[in-house]
Amino acid sequence: MESRPFEGINILDFTWTATGPFTLNPLAFYGANIIKVEWRERYDALRSLGPFKDGIPEPERSYYFSYSQVGRRYNITLNMSHPKGIELAGRLVTWADIVADSYATGTMEKWGLDYENLKKIKPDIIMFRTCMHGHTGPLARQHGQGFILTALSGVDAIISWPDRTPAGAFGALTDFIAPQFNTICLIAALDYRRRMGKGQYIDQSQHEAAMQLMAPLILDYTVNNRDFTPNGNRLDYAAPHGIYRCQGNDRWCAIAVFTDEEWEKLCEVIGNPALAGDPRFATLLDRKQNEDQLDRIVEAWTSKHSPEEVMRLMQASGVAAGVVANGKDQAEDPQLAHYRFFEEREHPVTGKIPFYHGPCFRLSDADYEIGRATLIGEHNEYVYTELLGLSDDEWAGLVAEGVI
Amino acid sequence: MVEKSEGMLSPYRVLDLTNERGFIAGKILGDLGADVIKIEKPGGDTARRLGPFYHDIPHPEKSLYWMGFNTNKRGITLDIETADGQEIFRKLCGKADIIVESFDPGYLDSLGLGYAALKEMNPGIIMASITGFGQTGPYKDFKAPDNVLWAISGLGYVHGDADRAPLSPSYPISYFFSAMQAVIGALIALYQRGITSKGQHVDAVTLLGLAWATGPEVQGLWPLNKEIIKRSGRIWPRPQTSPDGEVTYINVPLTYPCKDGGVKFFPFVEPGMIPSTDGLRQWVMEEGMASETLKNVDWSTWNWATVSQETADEVTGSFARFFMNHTKAELWKGAQERGIQLYPVFTPKDMLDFPQLDIREYWQEVEHPELGATITYPGAFTKLGEGSCEIRRRAPLIGEHNEEIYINELGLSKEELMLLKQANVI
Repeated sequence: MESRPFEGINILDFTWTATGPFTLNPLAFYGANIIKVEWRERYDALRSLGPFKDGIPEPERSYYFSYSQVGRRYNITLNMSHPKGIELAGRLVTWADIVADSYATGTMEKWGLDYENLKKIKPDIIMFRTCMHGHTGPLARQHGQGFILTALSGVDAIISWPDRTPAGAFGALTDFIAPQFNTICLIAALDYRRRMGKGQYIDQSQHEAAMQLMAPLILDYTVNNRDFTPNGNRLDYAAPHGIYRCQGNDRWCAIAVFTDEEWEKLCEVIGNPALAGDPRFATLLDRKQNEDQLDRIVEAWTSKHSPEEVMRLMQASGVAAGVVANGKDQAEDPQLAHYRFFEEREHPVTGKIPFYHGPCFRLSDADYEIGRATLIGEHNEYVYTELLGLSDDEWAGLVAEGVI
Repeated sequence: MVEKSEGMLSPYRVLDLTNERGFIAGKILGDLGADVIKIEKPGGDTARRLGPFYHDIPHPEKSLYWMGFNTNKRGITLDIETADGQEIFRKLCGKADIIVESFDPGYLDSLGLGYAALKEMNPGIIMASITGFGQTGPYKDFKAPDNVLWAISGLGYVHGDADRAPLSPSYPISYFFSAMQAVIGALIALYQRGITSKGQHVDAVTLLGLAWATGPEVQGLWPLNKEIIKRSGRIWPRPQTSPDGEVTYINVPLTYPCKDGGVKFFPFVEPGMIPSTDGLRQWVMEEGMASETLKNVDWSTWNWATVSQETADEVTGSFARFFMNHTKAELWKGAQERGIQLYPVFTPKDMLDFPQLDIREYWQEVEHPELGATITYPGAFTKLGEGSCEIRRRAPLIGEHNEEIYINELGLSKEELMLLKQANVI
């Protein structure tokens, strides 16, 4: 196996749920060692979230947990409410280049693992923290939840019909936004440390990160005093632009027409070239003015064709169109297959899981490695005896005392 | 000693050839201190056409979309389709670390400026390419606007209300899921370059980023159970398993309309959440709006896996009526005082009114001397202990740094610059 860029980078991982693990996965794909710290009575909260293998809600059966742990990890149990647990954690800090956590403010402090203390143990340590509102201010101690963040960050507001309360995000979309900022920041910190010999303290508010995406809408308010109003599937400078009903049960296709040329092509595809010259639709301004009528005409045609056929015919003519893919379509998508998006891994409890995945980009000269979700305490022996060098007696003693 | 105003990536130079699909990539690198040069077509980037506009004046120097995502960049104009432009671009590449681009696959190759050609002259160069479907594969030449990617990725099908068409965001966000991935890839390549001295090409694929964000329910339940997840909008269906193993759902609202928008609340009954859920019950009772069912509810025995739809409706119906009597601000304030986990669906106005963001100094005032204005921007995407992540300069005007870069840094003469301007190369 060729060398990977992060080989030799060690991460002590106190993160849980989604944002923290999603942040660290790309580092693991490219060679970093991660030790995930759990405790039998305080395991990763995502282990409690379904879907579960055979519907049985047990911590080693959560597919959601598996999904968040696609980067290779070691897993240890460590009782952080025991003084000896905290002492062992300190020894693991000397192994680590990065200490990561995704608790609300207070937990790492309670364990004496705040940045000042970590620096005393290892002066060039990188501490990466992420929580809903960041680690300062009156809301620092609030626990996060994905569906809260989609509301506070504006993601819910932009997914809405104009005449209704926002339908909002499906699930915790910000859990896929905030980690991207974090991974970027962590790699920059590794590069900075390599050049400058200095560690780093990263305090991410997931709210602040997710709102970055909304900059133009925020500026429209701070400059023009205009608050955002949703527009359903329409876009100011395109028509037709929407999601149209197709033949079949709950089948749909997205279409977007930006130019007059694309409009003419669409009219040819739907077998009505004369429509391009219809004064109601001849120009973009005309089409915007008569958009309800326009959408009805387009949908009258799409509803007689399968979404695959609509996409194929439109794209072949240079008109943007895409099947609104459901889970089955996604599993069979040729472009995702081309990029080997889905990879199967065997898990000791859940068996074959067909939806592991690597990074969302491909590098021309570095391969990625996908791991599988770890069992609680799966690597205790390796980490405590081989990495930390505990003797068998010490190890047995710590187990007996309820530390490991 | 590093000045506070320097960022972690300050030694690196980035050439930014993106349009609106990739602006945020260069911006993030700039926020972390990299020297980012935005290269626009002579006359200005086509994405300057995008609104909203400063004081609603549709003008290329007044696009708030441009301003929002091009902070921390210097700006030059250059037509890379001309021979002179290509020669200048190669010179710039000689001194650059990362190129970020969002052209259609093959476009830069057709100009002789693709990764394969550029690495011959600068083996350390890293090129990050942002596209909808990727550089290769059966869909690579498909037209790929935001809503089409949203649809094909699997996100479209699960968004929107059950009784209407699926929804795509009214404000496009698809390409954020590849522009940021492009930066991750570029920085991994940069880190690897420290070991190998060689650059590489990053193929950042929006379809992959969006498919990742569909999560394990969409991706898992089809291959595992042949189950297809559907859109349910403001409703959060709660599964119930009958004794013979059949799974049915009851509909419980997650988002409710209130007087001036939306508000999110779910009556969780896990022990830690009961104070929140009961806090709302108390509040609704105080205002005389609780149904008999809600008044008499015992959360410690409540079970979403067994409760009937009718009983659930009697509880959530009271919440719904109560919310319609209040504004987002009233509900947020009362919820905070009472320890209720309730959250308004924020629009930008609510964000600006949110005290936590003021206290953490999130908002940053940026001077725009050419407009005679100071504008409030979202500031750092993260807080750092060493070096800063902040807006150091506003987005560039068209060709604002042409002289600075072409004359002072590349060594072109004033005469050459005038000639190139007249030839529409810069």
